[in-house]
Amino acid sequence: MKIDRRSFLSFAIGGAAGTALSPLPWKLIDDSSIWSQNWAWTPVPKKGETTYVNSTCTLCPGGCGISVRRVDDRVVKIEGMKDHPVNEGGVCMLGLAGTQLLYGPNRVQTPKKKVNGKWRNISWDAALSEIVEKLGDLRSNGQSHNLACICDSDRGTVPELLNRFFTVYGSPNFIRTPSIQDNYELALYLTQGVRAMPGFEIQDADFILSFGSGLIEGWESPIYMFRAKSALKEKGGRMDQIEPRLSKTAAKSDKWIVVNPGTEGALALGMANVIIDEGLFNRDFVDNYSAGFAEYKKLVIDGFSPSIVSKMTGLEVAVIARLARDFAGSRKPLAICGRGAGRNPGSLQDFLAVHILNALVGSINRGGGIVAVPEPDYIDWPEVEMDATASAGMQHPRIDGAGRGKYKSTRYLLNRLPEVINSGQESPVQVLFVTDANPLYTMADTEAVAKAFDKIPLVVSFSSYMDETSSKADLILPNHVFLERFEDVPFARGFPKPIIGLTRPVVEPLYNTRHTGDVIIQLAQKMGGPVAEAFAWDSYDACLEESLADKWDTLLEDGYWVDSEFSAAAQTRQFETDSSKFEFSNSDINALPVYHSVRIPGDESFYPLLLVPYDTMRLASGYIGSPPFLVKALEDTVLKVNDVLVEVNPATAKKLGLSHGKYATLTTPGGSAKVKVRFFDGIMPGVIAIPRGLGHTAYDKFLAGKGVNYNALSEPLEDAATGLDAAWGVRAKLSKA
Amino acid sequence: MSTEDKANEVSAEAQDQEPITPPTAPEQTGPGQGAGGPITLFFILGLVASLVLGWVIFPQLLYSHKEQPVQFNHVLHNEMVEDGCASCHFFREDGTYSGVPKLAQCIDCHEEVQGESEAEAKFVNQYVLKGREVPWLVYSRQPDCVFFSHVAHVKMGQMDCVTCHGDIGESESLKPYEANRITGYSRDIWGKNIAGIKFNSWDRMKMDDCSECHVRGNVNQGSVQTKRGGCFVCHK
Repeated sequence: MKIDRRSFLSFAIGGAAGTALSPLPWKLIDDSSIWSQNWAWTPVPKKGETTYVNSTCTLCPGGCGISVRRVDDRVVKIEGMKDHPVNEGGVCMLGLAGTQLLYGPNRVQTPKKKVNGKWRNISWDAALSEIVEKLGDLRSNGQSHNLACICDSDRGTVPELLNRFFTVYGSPNFIRTPSIQDNYELALYLTQGVRAMPGFEIQDADFILSFGSGLIEGWESPIYMFRAKSALKEKGGRMDQIEPRLSKTAAKSDKWIVVNPGTEGALALGMANVIIDEGLFNRDFVDNYSAGFAEYKKLVIDGFSPSIVSKMTGLEVAVIARLARDFAGSRKPLAICGRGAGRNPGSLQDFLAVHILNALVGSINRGGGIVAVPEPDYIDWPEVEMDATASAGMQHPRIDGAGRGKYKSTRYLLNRLPEVINSGQESPVQVLFVTDANPLYTMADTEAVAKAFDKIPLVVSFSSYMDETSSKADLILPNHVFLERFEDVPFARGFPKPIIGLTRPVVEPLYNTRHTGDVIIQLAQKMGGPVAEAFAWDSYDACLEESLADKWDTLLEDGYWVDSEFSAAAQTRQFETDSSKFEFSNSDINALPVYHSVRIPGDESFYPLLLVPYDTMRLASGYIGSPPFLVKALEDTVLKVNDVLVEVNPATAKKLGLSHGKYATLTTPGGSAKVKVRFFDGIMPGVIAIPRGLGHTAYDKFLAGKGVNYNALSEPLEDAATGLDAAWGVRAKLSKA
Repeated sequence: MSTEDKANEVSAEAQDQEPITPPTAPEQTGPGQGAGGPITLFFILGLVASLVLGWVIFPQLLYSHKEQPVQFNHVLHNEMVEDGCASCHFFREDGTYSGVPKLAQCIDCHEEVQGESEAEAKFVNQYVLKGREVPWLVYSRQPDCVFFSHVAHVKMGQMDCVTCHGDIGESESLKPYEANRITGYSRDIWGKNIAGIKFNSWDRMKMDDCSECHVRGNVNQGSVQTKRGGCFVCHK
């Protein structure tokens, strides 16, 4: 038998026929189609039991209630807590992306120490011992006041524990990160004599006049403001926005009013002039509950006639007068201020001018007005026993100069710290604690801040992330992230009622991190002596439960405690000033009598433009860096791949010979950067803008190296009345790249 | 057909017939008859080889055999519980189905080793005492692209577990888990029979089996919300 080509073909044909008659081809087709739809590397969430944990978000001071969805022990989604008084089920993009801050790659997973410029993992014990040794040395040399701390807040148990540590150790240098809160609190203190937080009953007002506040761009408690603004509009209320740029808030307003930036306070005083001149003010409030009106009246009548204010602001006299009449003629008008999301404090004179404008129309402690929300009072720990060293340390003046001399009303002046450190030979700060803060990113002129940090022998970061400040620190003692820990959230910024939120663990800590509250207690106990005696708690959680006392059960059950009876209208108009009245003027209010527009210094011929920052809900610009979800959702009018777009009015661009979409070099006294030009009719000629929240140098590949950090280009401008940073922009030059 | 086409056809037939001439015919049939045997033989060889490959070898190559991490006796447990399958395979309050029990459900009885079975000792020592979940291999796990709701079928449709899962509740031991090496899913989805022939309703759980039942019972052949059919009803 000959095996030839025919036999082979015959075998093959037989094979083909047999294969077709077997399940093999049909099964393989089926399997490969299933395989191609279910690749092993496609992420598939695990199945399991779904549970919800009610907690409070700490990613901004908004105090929103969150409902965290878990599948078994894994967080899969963060939603707004239904029926929460602040956010009523709403949640912002950052809050939603909180899971990425828990599981993302940028967590500091264990304590770290920098040795010869490189990070080494160390044990908690070794880290704490190192700090205790350094603090012990300082204290025994009578230098306890050389310890300082930067913290996002001065309320709640963790900041109070730090404060207590500082007091009993002997240092007055607890510093809170600045924001518009500083000026609002000062305005309340100077006119009403109360140390309190401002609350705004926006949803009950019928006319909101916003002096640059980004009501839907993160101002105060963002979701509360979103809701309040919507409620106002639904009820037919009016909202006017005064801003040099067509922000989202301006676009959603009834009227967008463009004034020369830095003259907003003058406009408020000009409106006051018209209101007083035409007798439109609230006589009941002015006659019965106020003092110093005559001096104030003289000030605005003499100095702020509509024609003078017209020259300052660039608005027509008739526009100023009409705005004043509309405002005073409304049933419940409310003026608000603090630019954008309120990151930079601004100038006290503007806040006073706006706050007093509210008083003029009687919108203080009235439904739909502004109300002083008392500071939380639940922390009632035993008095500390201070030894001689502590007392001597506390007698030292604060390093930042706050609380004395010309800054006597100001409580914290972080912006003065770099200059104080850089001006001397040796740094007055020997040990610096940084918690819930990222000054190396958020402070103006970051280069100067970095230089100051270099001079501090020991910088300890309590950050959960490898942010700019952690990268520059000497030790990192990573805190649990907010989904892994208990903590009290003692207020919701701008919310008009006292409220306490409870942050609670949703998952077990993923890494070798430790609660900053526990670390402070352990540091104190390791110090021994009177410092240890002031910290008798076994753990932070025990301290928290004890502090919240009768509110603890409510907090555990509901996730929040609110004084629902509290309202602006229910507040007395007996104020806590010497006169028991609202003071339109007094010897401490010296910012208004010497009012002058906030001009940004610099050589106008070299830097013909003014660069201003703007805020967007799609970027986190505080001490928390934006998680990838936010960066991915950015419009390409803000960021294109890695290039930030600078908004330029076409008229300005034409003069400078710039083209839309082309590269340009942006130069300020702080530095220069490559940017892309975006023609934008919604910005005042001569003013250009970039967003806050970009240009990180630390963090992960999802955030680092994208765009430009406005703070790095900016320069602080000290407010004469407070010492706070009053800059709203920086002089700039834009040229073809 | 037009007349032109017919004409063409006729001429084509005429052309085909022309080359067939008598002298060549015997030469062609001669060798053809001689090679007919081996050609048929090779054809049959190829046919048989591929049939054996397709029906016998292929299924053995396609599926891997794995024993469950711990043996389990359904009969024994069924006798001790009151609520049948739902005692351990229950619906949660929110209507989701718990599936294979977690350690937390076993721990009440199995805190310590009971009896002398090897599986019991392994279960308690390796999983219960160490707090580790047993990585059970689930025979009925559908691919991730399939959306299936137990509550819709069991609570609303009043179906028995047996209809889809067969008599596993009456098994004294767990059979080996056969995983499809290409897809990674259990053999039970396609069915034990490689040809896909089924005798019982639970023998196979492919898409056609879902639709067969839905058509027969004339229930929800489309989206409950939109009342329209479509892939996305089940493939989310």
